Amino acid sequence: MSRHLSEAAKHAHHAVTSNVIHVPSIRYLGILPVIVMLGGAVVLLGMSSLVKRPLRLRVATATTLIISLTAFGLAWWQWADVQSRGPYTTIDHAVVVDGLAVLITVLVTAAMALSALVAEGYLAREGIDGAELHVLAMVSAAGAILMAEANDLVIVFLGLEILSIALYVLTAFNHKRTESGEAALKYFVLGGFSSAVFVYGIALTYGATGTTNLTQIASFLSHNVLVHDGVLLAGMSLLLVGFAFKIAAVPFHMWTPDVYQGAPSPVTGFMAAVAKAGGFAAFLRVFVSSFGVLASDWRPIIYALAIVTLVVGAGLAVVQRDIKRMLAYSSINHAGFVLLGLQAATARGVSSALYYLFAYMFMVIGSFAVVTVMGRMGDADHDISSYRGLAKRQPLLALAFAVLLLAQAGVPFTTGFLTKFQVVIASVDGHSVPLAVVAMVSAAVAAFFYLRVTVLMYATSDEPSDGVPDAAPTVTPALVGAAGGGRTMWSGTDAAGETRTRLNAALLMEDDASAEPASDEVETTTETEEVTRIPVPVGAAVAIGICVAVTVVFGIIPAPLVDFAHRATLLFLP
Amino acid sequence: MVVNQLPHFPFLTVLVLLPAGGALAVALMVNVRRQVTEAVGIAVALATLGFAIATTVLMHTGDGGYQFVSKHVWAASIGVSWFVGVDGISIFLVLLAAVLFPIALAGARSRTDARPFIAWMLLLEAACIGSFISLDLILFFLFFELTLVPAYFIIANWGFARRAYAAVKFFVYTFLGSAFLLVGIVVLAFVHQHQTGVLTFSLPALEHTRLASSTGILLFLAFTAAFAVKAPLFPFHTWSPDAYTEAPAGGSMILSAVLAKLGTYGIIRFDLNLFPQASRTLGPLLLTLAVIGILYGALVACAQNDLKRLVAYSSLAQIGFIALGTFALTTEGLVGGVLLMVNHGLVTAGFFLLIGWIYERRGSWQVAELGGLQTPAPIMAAAFTVVMMASIGLPGLNGFVSEFLVLAGTFLVHRWWAVAATIGVVGAALYLLWAYQQAFHGKPSPSVAQTRDLGWNERIVIAPLLVLIVLLGVYPKPVIDRITPSVNRLVDRVEQVTNVRQPAVATHATPPARATNASAP
Repeated sequence: MSRHLSEAAKHAHHAVTSNVIHVPSIRYLGILPVIVMLGGAVVLLGMSSLVKRPLRLRVATATTLIISLTAFGLAWWQWADVQSRGPYTTIDHAVVVDGLAVLITVLVTAAMALSALVAEGYLAREGIDGAELHVLAMVSAAGAILMAEANDLVIVFLGLEILSIALYVLTAFNHKRTESGEAALKYFVLGGFSSAVFVYGIALTYGATGTTNLTQIASFLSHNVLVHDGVLLAGMSLLLVGFAFKIAAVPFHMWTPDVYQGAPSPVTGFMAAVAKAGGFAAFLRVFVSSFGVLASDWRPIIYALAIVTLVVGAGLAVVQRDIKRMLAYSSINHAGFVLLGLQAATARGVSSALYYLFAYMFMVIGSFAVVTVMGRMGDADHDISSYRGLAKRQPLLALAFAVLLLAQAGVPFTTGFLTKFQVVIASVDGHSVPLAVVAMVSAAVAAFFYLRVTVLMYATSDEPSDGVPDAAPTVTPALVGAAGGGRTMWSGTDAAGETRTRLNAALLMEDDASAEPASDEVETTTETEEVTRIPVPVGAAVAIGICVAVTVVFGIIPAPLVDFAHRATLLFLP
Repeated sequence: MVVNQLPHFPFLTVLVLLPAGGALAVALMVNVRRQVTEAVGIAVALATLGFAIATTVLMHTGDGGYQFVSKHVWAASIGVSWFVGVDGISIFLVLLAAVLFPIALAGARSRTDARPFIAWMLLLEAACIGSFISLDLILFFLFFELTLVPAYFIIANWGFARRAYAAVKFFVYTFLGSAFLLVGIVVLAFVHQHQTGVLTFSLPALEHTRLASSTGILLFLAFTAAFAVKAPLFPFHTWSPDAYTEAPAGGSMILSAVLAKLGTYGIIRFDLNLFPQASRTLGPLLLTLAVIGILYGALVACAQNDLKRLVAYSSLAQIGFIALGTFALTTEGLVGGVLLMVNHGLVTAGFFLLIGWIYERRGSWQVAELGGLQTPAPIMAAAFTVVMMASIGLPGLNGFVSEFLVLAGTFLVHRWWAVAATIGVVGAALYLLWAYQQAFHGKPSPSVAQTRDLGWNERIVIAPLLVLIVLLGVYPKPVIDRITPSVNRLVDRVEQVTNVRQPAVATHATPPARATNASAP
């Protein structure tokens, strides 16, 4: 019967008619990526519980890759659909499929695939069998997609919880590391607290507007003037706090360094990319779209939030010695930049924020892939001094990391520059010039700590290394064994699909002794001291290669990715 | 890039793509003999020089506008395009870069890791030339920022003891200045968009933006922040002595001779064109900073025992002269400023090249440890003398021509600044001659007496510099003739906007050779 009802008649308050239960019609394409990710997770879980021995790691990774790439393909199908036929809502307007939602779906599924590649090598090295990490990550990714597609505060909350609860477990995933457990507990307690705040915000907003549907909130606010808007403003503030926690904006960032440091490195990269993407997607939709008419109320708050986030993120990153903590603060700084796009509260602002999130995903997953590899056995070797002289030992790895770090600093001809450029454009367009200046100055401060790592990597080891326990020689053979023999190092015959990296990487590859037998008298003599190469698993190598390639290629040919973000519009903009 | 749309061969695009492609090619030359790699690098740089010379020859001398213009949309949705062109001001900086890079590659070879060094140098050349020819502000900014990356790696990988510190200081300082530049560019583009409805970053279009005087001043300051750091002008110079000293010889040459010019070029091209009123209003401030830079640079240079730091501080003084000529806002002063950019590039490159060779032989550039070099190495001493005399401003060498024009052009409109700056000329003679005495004169110690003189290949490398130094000193007319129309156009524009006319006597850049001839008894 519901099929006969026209789209226009289906409003939420008509859902239950006299004695017929109204079943909303569903356009399945709209929610297919979520179904595939969740269903895939269930399938993978089933597979691992039905086989007697723990599921082979490779099988689990391959399955995850197939599932996330299927969802990735479906997302592109959605994109074509939305571009040709326009955005739409489905399931009784609870879910929206528009440019923003699809872009985030593409982002999250791509991040999932890349993270699976990185995680594979990590799990093999740490000797963890089974599919649990992949399953949890897929559930978490589904939550992030749901947040982006949510057109109802309740669905936003649902997505948020699916995303978060899986992440809490993922943080504690490696139970051999005590700091992981500590980080997870911290994350859980603070995350639960912020969820409670968020729910309270939903309740107050519902109280003020009479609905939790985002489109209806927008239309309510544009047609009514609240004389006593205290409840609404309180609800909005609480929602803001909930989002600010999720995206790690200062002063709601306290969990970030500890959790980034404590979580297993591949999980950290995934978390930095996906949780931010999901959080910002809903943040943008709720504030720019639903609370758009109240922009003059919330823009000053975001303004202040952005400034504090930019300054504290960049400032505290400078003093970190642990690479993961440093990247955690750097991610806070990046969140500040994305807030510039949100603060503009315009279509340009939204698209610049989306571009930022998309490009940042590749930079951060690539960076944490390198950190994962460099963490060595036990995932503990994260002091920045362990990067000293990396360029001599593994020039390609060092160059890839240098490119990713410089891109994060905003160097031209990388996507990193375009991210900053576009949010600055949006910010200036929104008449927030001082904010843009603060942002760019913080970028200069941030450049300092990215360079610090780069300097160390390219430092020759003539200075005494400051007390790094050099346990690697004994570990390396074991690692190669654990990695299953088939995983090669970064050598001359590397995996395909990363020619671009090697192209760039060749720029700085030192002529190591084996590659160039004594063609030059000065060149190799000083490097006879023991060099310990850290094995780079194929999966991580491919992931790093893709990340570097995307970062550089779309930095030189910006149009496709910029246009992608520009066309990823919101369903509704006041 | 669509080439066949263009009426002419795209010289300028080739000038960028050739070294960039060369950099990539060299980077990929794994397992190739060092000599081959070096030869390829020098060949690419020489080919670039060939194209630069061809461009200069084919330019219309009397035309002050942009020539060889080509424009292609690059990223439509953010209004950025590949928009390049040269005029009489930028072409000589392109030439300067094209001349100095092959010399740096041939004369200051890296001892280790030749391949990445050459690749970074060629990339740096592409970025420098790209900055000089960009007529789109964002394109300029991209190249301007891109120069940092190769320069950073050259300092950090091939530099001396405190290279890491110097490299990071250089990068962060410049990056910080650029932060203001980027925001300034975007604000300007949006003011323009509000007036015309078009979002564009093209310089000729943005020139017509009407700015409130306060907006103009703020934007001028934002732009100048970046350029003053890069140049470096007086209070923003603290990165430069470290970077010049710690960089390898080739790096110091390019940093001081070419990269520093990005700052002064930016001031002339962007500040004066876009914010003529603000340039006039804030001119005295900049003139004062320039004079302080001249005097302070000379004073500190006097106190140096270290040849590299001495040249670094003398560069600060020379950059002060360039800024002085620029903000005099007279044809004479500006022509002198542009000419001085070229001349300072040649002279300072010569200095760092020679100091690099001295270091190769003696393992030091402390003047005290060199004493008496003249006896074992007379040709080196001769070359050093020529470069030094040019830097002091001896008539007949290039430094004199440009300093004369700058001081004459400034004296007409800002008398006391010119007078104060003249003291700096005396100072230059003082510290350079002192340093020369200590390093080259006297009785050589036994170890110094063993020093090898310049070999034939080194003589060939330094010869072009010396020839140019003499040539531009004796017969600067061809260069001045090409610079003047563009400078006239610029000065006209400033005068139209600000309604202040320069004295008629300043409208012609009198070649000082003629002036001296006239005054000679």
